[in-house]
Amino acid sequence: MRHLRQLEDQSVYILREAYKHFDNLAMLWSMGKDSTVLLWLARKAFFGHVPFPLLHVDTSYKIPAMIEYRDRMAREWGVKLVVGQNKEALAAGMNHTLGRVNCCTALKTNGLKQLIEQKGYTGIILGVRADEEGTRAKERYFSPRDKHGDWDFRDQPPELWDQFKTTFPPGTHIRIHPLLDWTEINIWEYIKFENIPFIDLYLDKGDGTRYRSLGCAPCTTPIQSSAKSVDDIIEELRHSTVAERAGRAQDEGRGMELLRKDGYM
Amino acid sequence: MAEIISKPSDSLNIVIVGHVDHGKSTLLGRLYADTGSLPDGKLEKVQAICRQQGKEFEYAFLFDAFLEEQEQGITIDTARTFFGWKGRHYIIIDAPGHKEFLKNMISGAARAEGALLLIDALEGVKEQSKKHGYLLSLLGVRQFAVVVNKMDLVGYRQDVFDGIEKEYREFLEQFKAVPQQIIPVSAKLGDNIANRSESMPWYSGPTVLDALGAFRKEPGRSEQPLRLPVQDVYKFDARRIITGRVTAGRVKVGDSLVFSPSNKRAVVKSIEAFNIEPPPIEGHAGQSVGVTLDEQIFVERGEIASHQDELPLVSTAFRANVFWLGRKPLERGRRYQLRVATKEVDCEIATIHRIIDTMDLAQQQGSSVVNKNQVAELTIRAKTPVAFDLSVSSESTGRFVLVDEYDIAGGGIVTELVHDDQEFLREEARQRDFAWVKGQVGVEDRAQQYGHRAAIVLVTGGRHTGKSFLARTIEARLVADGRHAYLLDGENLRRGLDADLSEGERGQATEMARRYGEVARLLVDTGLIVVSTTNPFGMAYVEAAQAIRTLVHPVPVIAVHMSKAPEEVPPNTDIVLSGPADFDAATRRILEELKRRGVLAQAIGAKPIFQYSI
Repeated sequence: MRHLRQLEDQSVYILREAYKHFDNLAMLWSMGKDSTVLLWLARKAFFGHVPFPLLHVDTSYKIPAMIEYRDRMAREWGVKLVVGQNKEALAAGMNHTLGRVNCCTALKTNGLKQLIEQKGYTGIILGVRADEEGTRAKERYFSPRDKHGDWDFRDQPPELWDQFKTTFPPGTHIRIHPLLDWTEINIWEYIKFENIPFIDLYLDKGDGTRYRSLGCAPCTTPIQSSAKSVDDIIEELRHSTVAERAGRAQDEGRGMELLRKDGYM
Repeated sequence: MAEIISKPSDSLNIVIVGHVDHGKSTLLGRLYADTGSLPDGKLEKVQAICRQQGKEFEYAFLFDAFLEEQEQGITIDTARTFFGWKGRHYIIIDAPGHKEFLKNMISGAARAEGALLLIDALEGVKEQSKKHGYLLSLLGVRQFAVVVNKMDLVGYRQDVFDGIEKEYREFLEQFKAVPQQIIPVSAKLGDNIANRSESMPWYSGPTVLDALGAFRKEPGRSEQPLRLPVQDVYKFDARRIITGRVTAGRVKVGDSLVFSPSNKRAVVKSIEAFNIEPPPIEGHAGQSVGVTLDEQIFVERGEIASHQDELPLVSTAFRANVFWLGRKPLERGRRYQLRVATKEVDCEIATIHRIIDTMDLAQQQGSSVVNKNQVAELTIRAKTPVAFDLSVSSESTGRFVLVDEYDIAGGGIVTELVHDDQEFLREEARQRDFAWVKGQVGVEDRAQQYGHRAAIVLVTGGRHTGKSFLARTIEARLVADGRHAYLLDGENLRRGLDADLSEGERGQATEMARRYGEVARLLVDTGLIVVSTTNPFGMAYVEAAQAIRTLVHPVPVIAVHMSKAPEEVPPNTDIVLSGPADFDAATRRILEELKRRGVLAQAIGAKPIFQYSI
């Protein structure tokens, strides 16, 4: 499992760089497999401690089991949880039937922006991976966002060797991506290797379906699969040619490009 | 389409570089398709977009994930894609060839373990072919294959291929770069990519995929001398853990480490890890480790731990080859931030020796600026001593970046140590520190006992500017506040320690500064805040201050410069007092500075918060 240790070493280095350079740092946790691995890596980097809060942007449409898992793990690992919600948009009746990009923008992107502004975070750690979809392949490990949270993918600062963008003008913030080099298989291999507790929505519980990627209930569909263990999942992924996020409605058309330019995770 | 193969776990980072339009994206598309690595629906999706836009489908479009890019026909940023082949997972960083996007090509290549460099058989060796070849070498990418593409457009002729091979090898030889392979291909038609070409029977070498398969994971860095740059010091619980990534060699429990440039020494007590049983006893190159030491020495981010017989270099200056990517040109005399491994320090460009034209490696002399996308030979001078290596002896600690305002704007490799005027004193300090006999009481113990760290407040300036009076005022104020402070006056050395010297010997500022510095070194080792002036050195105060700084390193020196009228102040001055002095206000400023530097805790009586013990 040498390759997993190599990925771990790079992610841990990035997390420690982030902690060293950002006074007001937070990590986004969606309770999915990636950000849960990220949380585990933070415990690795800081020797069992998580020296920054975990953020969850709650759209109110999440699968209930995710919220239960969130609260249980936060208690068990003694991490500080900060939950944000775009209450205004929800009060105005925002939901996916008003357009998926609209709904994601209001409840997730704007929910996150509100939280960042409110708490004054200067660094946000996220579990995005380069192999997930096209726009994420273009990310840097340390990726600047302007005052409006926008991402200028055409003019990104260079990233050389182990040197990252850790200085930034006031009013802007940096998105930090320690998992950029990990693949979906690596994530599951690592979950198995380290025995990381994960949410069981990823497993088939007898009806021949499971979730491969988790999001809001109305916009995420389970896949046909009989994978009942992590081993089954890894075996299935090794032979799959279906995109990981095929069950995620927001990826259709130019959805993700539009979302991410405006500050979506 | 090839059969679907199982996706492996092992991986290698590959970058594809070369002149714009020489076929990088097409090669990528072909590699994907021929290895059966495309997700279902990807091909159909791109074909549908092509139909929509009325274009003929090309393999290149598969990887231009952004629609805007397809409209422009060039890859904008380093897109990363993956494919699997024969038990290995290849992470491909598609580096754009367009001149304006050199920044992205460099970002991509800097993290690559191997490279493919494309040359168009019809167009031949172009400007970017050469520039990219040179930069791969500068960036430390040693494993690369040259891929001569579009052989179908030259009738698969061997003489065309041979001509390009000869020209390009001659170019690479000038900086001792040797490609693993030079391969004639047609990415569009699939010749020599996965399958051997039937149109080029004269070529018997490997295909592109064979060449990739022969690339190795980073070899042998663990067998080099240990380099562990300190990344941070944690104290989340009872353990005081020094963290960092081993860039070369191995660190083991029981190893005696030397930290440069502070020359502090300690023995590794444990290697800490989370969720690893039993705990590791060794860390090797590439690993992010955490170690605890047998004693609580003051080390901070930026220092490099090594074994005593294999120390890194230490100086304030070095010569380097630098590539510049900044929006503003690199200027001689301007301040930048220098980052070598984890060290971050202000620096300036002392000399621009020459600009290197990457087209023919000719050298243009006499420039005072380096423009965007140029490569130059420079001498860089840092504000304080830096530990580093020559790039040829230890790659990771032999390279650096320059930060202009908020962005990384250039990078380079160290080619030569530049001797500075502190070299002899620094060596004296190093030898003396290594042999220093310690009592049972450590620096940290004294700091806890006294409620402050040791430091030197050094007042510099010309004659009759009030230096002595200010020094007395500071000493009195510190002691009144309950600190342990002492006024070191040069006159007392002259009549005692230096009493055996002749008048002529006493006139030698260098030797006098050395003696003065060594006495100061003893006093700060007792945990005192030493207050002093450069009075004994007359107008040679700039040199004297520098010598004292070198000898007491790494104890903080708070330099206060006094003058009657505004004038140029010595380097590294912290506080400037010019004109009639308000001594009370000046004392307050100095106390603030002592707090800011972590010498004094923020409030008297409260538990001191020192930077180094978190």
